[in-house]
Parts: sequence; structure tokens; C-alpha cells
Amino acid sequence: MAKHTLSVLVENHPGVLSRVAGLFSRRGFNIDSLAVGVTENPEVSRMTIVVDGDDYIVEQVSKQLNKLIDVIKIKQLDKNDSVSRELALIKVNATAATRGEIIQIVEIFRAKIVDVSKNTLTIEISGGTDKVAALEDMLKQFGIKEIVRTGTIAIERGNKYIKVTNNDEE
Amino acid sequence: MRLTGAKAIIKALEMENVEVMFGYPGAAICPFYDALLDSGIRHILTRNEQGAVHAASGYARVTGKTGVCVATSGPGATNLITGIATAYMDSIPVVAITGQVSSELIGKDVFQEADITGATAPFCKHNYLVKNVKDLPRIIKEAFHIASTGRPGPVVIDIPVDVQNRELDFIYPDKVDIKGYKPTYKGHAQQIKRVAEALENAKAPVICAGGGVVNANASGELLELVNKSGIPVVTTMMGIGSLPSKHKLNLGMLGSHGLYAANYAVHNADLLIIMGARVGDRAIAATNKITEKAKIIHIDIDPAEIGKNIEVTVPVVGDVKLILKDLIDIIKPLTIDNWLDTINKVKSEHPLKNRDYTDSNTVNPKYLLTVLSELTGEDSIITTEVGQNQIWSANYYNVRKARKFITSGGMGTMGYGLPAAMGAKIGVGKEKVIVIGGDGSFQMSMQEMGTIKQNKLGVKIIIFNNSRLGMVREIQKVRYCGRYSQVLLDENPDFVKLAEAYSFRGERISTNADVKDALARMLSDDEPYLLECIVDPEEPTL
Ligand SMILES: Cc1ncc(C[n+]2csc(CCOP(=O)(O)OP(=O)(O)O)c2C)c(N)n1
Ligand SMILES: [Mg+2]
Repeated sequence: MAKHTLSVLVENHPGVLSRVAGLFSRRGFNIDSLAVGVTENPEVSRMTIVVDGDDYIVEQVSKQLNKLIDVIKIKQLDKNDSVSRELALIKVNATAATRGEIIQIVEIFRAKIVDVSKNTLTIEISGGTDKVAALEDMLKQFGIKEIVRTGTIAIERGNKYIKVTNNDEE
Repeated sequence: MRLTGAKAIIKALEMENVEVMFGYPGAAICPFYDALLDSGIRHILTRNEQGAVHAASGYARVTGKTGVCVATSGPGATNLITGIATAYMDSIPVVAITGQVSSELIGKDVFQEADITGATAPFCKHNYLVKNVKDLPRIIKEAFHIASTGRPGPVVIDIPVDVQNRELDFIYPDKVDIKGYKPTYKGHAQQIKRVAEALENAKAPVICAGGGVVNANASGELLELVNKSGIPVVTTMMGIGSLPSKHKLNLGMLGSHGLYAANYAVHNADLLIIMGARVGDRAIAATNKITEKAKIIHIDIDPAEIGKNIEVTVPVVGDVKLILKDLIDIIKPLTIDNWLDTINKVKSEHPLKNRDYTDSNTVNPKYLLTVLSELTGEDSIITTEVGQNQIWSANYYNVRKARKFITSGGMGTMGYGLPAAMGAKIGVGKEKVIVIGGDGSFQMSMQEMGTIKQNKLGVKIIIFNNSRLGMVREIQKVRYCGRYSQVLLDENPDFVKLAEAYSFRGERISTNADVKDALARMLSDDEPYLLECIVDPEEPTL
């Protein structure tokens, strides 16, 4: 099944997240990731939801989300016409012998080392899901102790934007 | 105007022209009930909160207005849940007001605290937990707007007791502005043209009318469309009454408990026009069987219903009344005589099963409903319980107008019919309101006879007593090799004596010969009445 990215503008009220999450669980939709934060308008939050499913499912998800009174606007983002990122923090085992190699990998991925201890390195990476997965894959050999991810956020390229009142090009 | 929250609620309900509400008090809603004393709004004290919400639903369905019910926090609120879900499944406009524990105690599991907004979120159209008393007027305004517009449904407003006691400057908004709620009413002209074209090319079209036609008050338009075009109609259970049962193009209810001709038409059509119906599984189970042969037009105010259960050729989103008006203007009479001949032949080959009723030592419910149809008027109202009694009523009672047949369609909630009849009776005044019940269902709400007595509501109760959970027994008979499990109600009370305890008149009949006179006696006045009919447990549903 394909992954689809939905940008959802919602009222910035308590309880909205639980309504959205509840809808997904009771209708049996699969969420790959969900990230939420306030927008430039403090009354409005924006959720980026990555859904796993075929076109029928994505249409159902959009329509059902639209029925929630707190949902203001939904747009499915075109992969080729949007930028999507996730952020991960990865804590990996590091000894004197492996530290140099890890640092090299980190540089190749343009990731960052944000914390060091005698036997660990903590790496921050942001990028598309594939890139994060590739780094994770490379670091496995050293032993990953912990990994935290934000879930995908995404934005359209160029002059397109999603606002409460319009989503046309300017 | 400086008011307490409690007074503000009452004031807002007055602004919404609420005439009556149904409820049950408790500590967390006491400020509201205190303020109620100074209001002219009628309040009906039911015997269980579930009765209150069902009554509000019955009232809403016969009047087309929004029904209002009230309960206290905790158990009061949770008792509403079945009724809220029932109203949601049938798209009935209800506003439910619940008391909540004091704001600062929420989340501490204090006495009678229940998260009712959390609990009802899956089956209400929207809900609110009021945290700031200043929001009350806006929230109540929005709640009535949301409940009654678009696809109607229940809205819950949960109001902590301290919010009811705080003061605010009361200004009632004259309009609402909800960014995420803008229902579409006007149908897209291009789509409506496509509908007309599809109809002109159809050789075997059929309309499936659902509860949305009733909700939209579009039965006049449906009748006009049908008369002008000659298209036959089937209805869902919720759509009963959208076209008179006896209209020559009405093939009756479709689905697993529907009529042969109705199902035949739907399965052999080349064009199916679904309007205000959600293609529920009881109506159409195997949708792919239908789409193999037919193009599908789906008209609905809720875009999420279109394409959910059946693949659609022409979707039309909007208010079915407005859309039908547009359609009537452009549609031409169809030449589908062959199709109508076929259908009429099927219809006459598969009539409703009417046995010989003359000689019996039980009352045949199908016969009784046929006789009842002759004794009631076009404005009389029937509510039903759930089970065989419901299906008998749906198929055998002659419903002449919309909003006259009130039943729990989507949820199939036993115990709905009696309280819904109370609400309906209050809604229609002098018109006859008759609840058709089963012995099982009746006992789920029979305490509401107390409400009927206290408020002198002339509700007529018919109980089809088969001393069984008849419909479940029938399932066990057919699908579980007659292994009957927990479906016997052998020790039923004496229902007539029970009525007597509430000082209703009543009688028991056990033969068809008594049906006519007994019904006439029952209908002779506007007093509560209970007619118990002894029914053969083997009488089949269909
Ligand atoms: C609240 C509720 N519980 C259980 C059911 C399942 N159920 C459907 S029909 C039925 C039997 C109803 O018995 P009765 O009211 O006597 O009607 P009859 O079928 O005998 O006419 C039951 C238990 C239901 N619909 N609603
Ligand atoms: Mg029974």
C-alpha cells in the first residue's frame, strides 16, 4: 500500500488530537505518523498525517476527517511538489575504536552529533524518511541504544500554501 | 445582562425557541434546574435518562425541530449514551446538556465524574466541554446550529457545575461562524444535468429513498419527481413515509427484512438513484452485485457517505430537497413501461404474506397492522420497538406521510419506541401516537409509563406478546438449528395489570376476531391505553 501525506488544519483546541486519533482507530485506518504543532495563526494547528492505504482509504480518511467540526481544511500533498522531513535522535554505542567511523558516517549523512559520553554518541538527523532509515541502518552495526522520531512534517514547494481561507497559488 | 451560567443556558434555550425538554436532575446540574424554575420552558421528568434522550429524538422526528434533553454528571450522562448513539445513527437533531463535576476536580475521579465528551465522541456530531462561562452563549448557539443543519445529529454540551454558577455578560450571538463547518446545500448544476441525462438513457431506473429525504422535508419533491417521471421507488427503513406506502410506484422497503419486489427492482435496475441513504448493510449487503448491472447516482448532504459503501457513477452533494427541485425542472417523463410491467408482475407474484386470519387463538400482528392502518388517519404517528414487531410494522402498516413512522433504524435500539412516542405525542398534540412494541423491548423502557401518567400523555401502547425475544429466537431457529438460548420470557408480567397500576385503561386480546373492536376502543379517546395482543411465537418476521 502506498503512503499518502495529508496536511490538516485544525482548531487549536484541547481534545482535537483525541478526536482525530479516535477517528483513525474506530474506522480502522492506519496512521504511519502524525505530527502536530501550532501554525502562524495561534488559533490554528497543523497536523501532518502520513496514511497507509489505497486511494479509497485516503478518500475515506479525508472525508471522515472533514466531518469533524474542528477540522478546518485538508490537503493531500503531492510527493513531487512538496518537501517532507522528519527528525530523529539516535543514541548509539561508541568506543574509542568505533567513534571515528561513526563520526564519518554522520558527516556523510550531514547529521549532527549532539551529545557525547564515554560509551555513546547521540546523533541528530533530519531528512526524508528514507534518509533517516538509511542512517539507522548504517548505525545498527554499532548497536543502537535508543531512537526517537518526530514523524513526518511536510510543506508544499514554491508559492503554494494552505491557509484557513485559501490554498491557491499567489 | 449579567447572568449566572445556569440562567444563561435557560436564556439561550429560550432564544432557540425550545418549547420542551426531557431530563433528569442530579447534583451537578442543580444550578440549571434551579434556574429552570423561573422559565416558561416545559420540562418532562422521565424515569431514566435514556427515556429523556429517546423522547427528545421522537419529538425531533415528528416536529423537525431539535430535541433537547438534560442529565446530571456521571451515571446520568452515561445513561444518555445509548440514546445519543441511536440519534447519531439515524441523523436526528438532538442537543444533550449534561452537568459535570466542578472544573477544578475534573480528572481526579471524584464522585459522579465521567468523561462524557470522551465517551460520546465516536457517536455524536460534535461535543463541548464548557470551561469558561463566557463561552456558553456561543457554544449553545453553535450546538443548535450543528445539530440541525447539514446532516443532522446529536450534539453534547457538558457543563461543569461551577461554570453554571459563575456569572457572565449575556449576549446571544445572532449567527455562527465555525471555520470547519460549512455544509453544502445547493447541488452542483453540472452533476444534476448528468443525473437527468443518465435518467433519459435508463431503461430500468429505480429510486432508493432514505431517511435523508424525510430529514430534508423533501417528500413533496420526491412525490412530484416520481409522478412526473414514473420512476419506481424503494425505501430504506428510515425512508418509510418519504413516499406514501400505498403509492402505486412505491415498492416498499428493501433489504434483508424488506419486500421481494423492492429487492428485485434494486438488483435488476440499470440505474439506481440513492437519495439521503447511506447504503447500510441491512438495506444493501452485496453492493458489487448491484454495481455490476447498474449505474449509481448518489445524492446526499454528507459527502463522506458518497462512495463509502457503494461505488458511485454520479455523486451529487447537497440538500436533497433543493436537488430534487432542480431535477424536477429538467427531467422528462420516461418511457420505461417494460420495466414497470416486469416489476408489477414480480410484485403480484410476491405479495405480502397475508394468511387466512378468520380463525385463530392468537392475534396475527400482520393482520392487526392492516386493520390499524384503516382506523388511523394520515397524520397518526406510529413508533416501534425493535424485533419482529418493528419489521411487521415497517412492512404492514400503511404510512401515508413523512415523519409519521418513527423507529430506530441504524442502531435497532430496543426500548426506543415508548419514550420516542412520549416525545412524539408532546410534539404533535392531539394527533394519535401509537407505539408498537414487543414484550421484550417494552420491558426495557416500561418505567416510562410513569412519565406518561404524570404528564397525562395520551400514548397508545400495543404490545405483541409472544413471550419471546422473537427475532433472536427466529435467528436461532433458522441459523442455529433451533438451539434456543435465552430467548424465553415465560414469566412476563400481566401487562394489563401493569397498565392498571399506572391507572391506564387496557385490555388483552388473543384472537383476530377481537382486533377491530379492541383497536376502535383504544383509539376512541386521547388517554393512555395499553393493548396486549397474544401472538404466536412461530409467526415469522417476513
Ligand atoms: C438494546 C438491545 N439489546 C438487544 C438487542 C438484540 N435484539 C434484537 S431484536 C430482539 C428481541 C426483541 O424482542 P421483543 O421486543 O419481544 O420483540 P419481538 O421480536 O418478539 O417482536 C433482541 C434481543 C437489541 N436490538 N437492542
Ligand atoms: Mg417478543
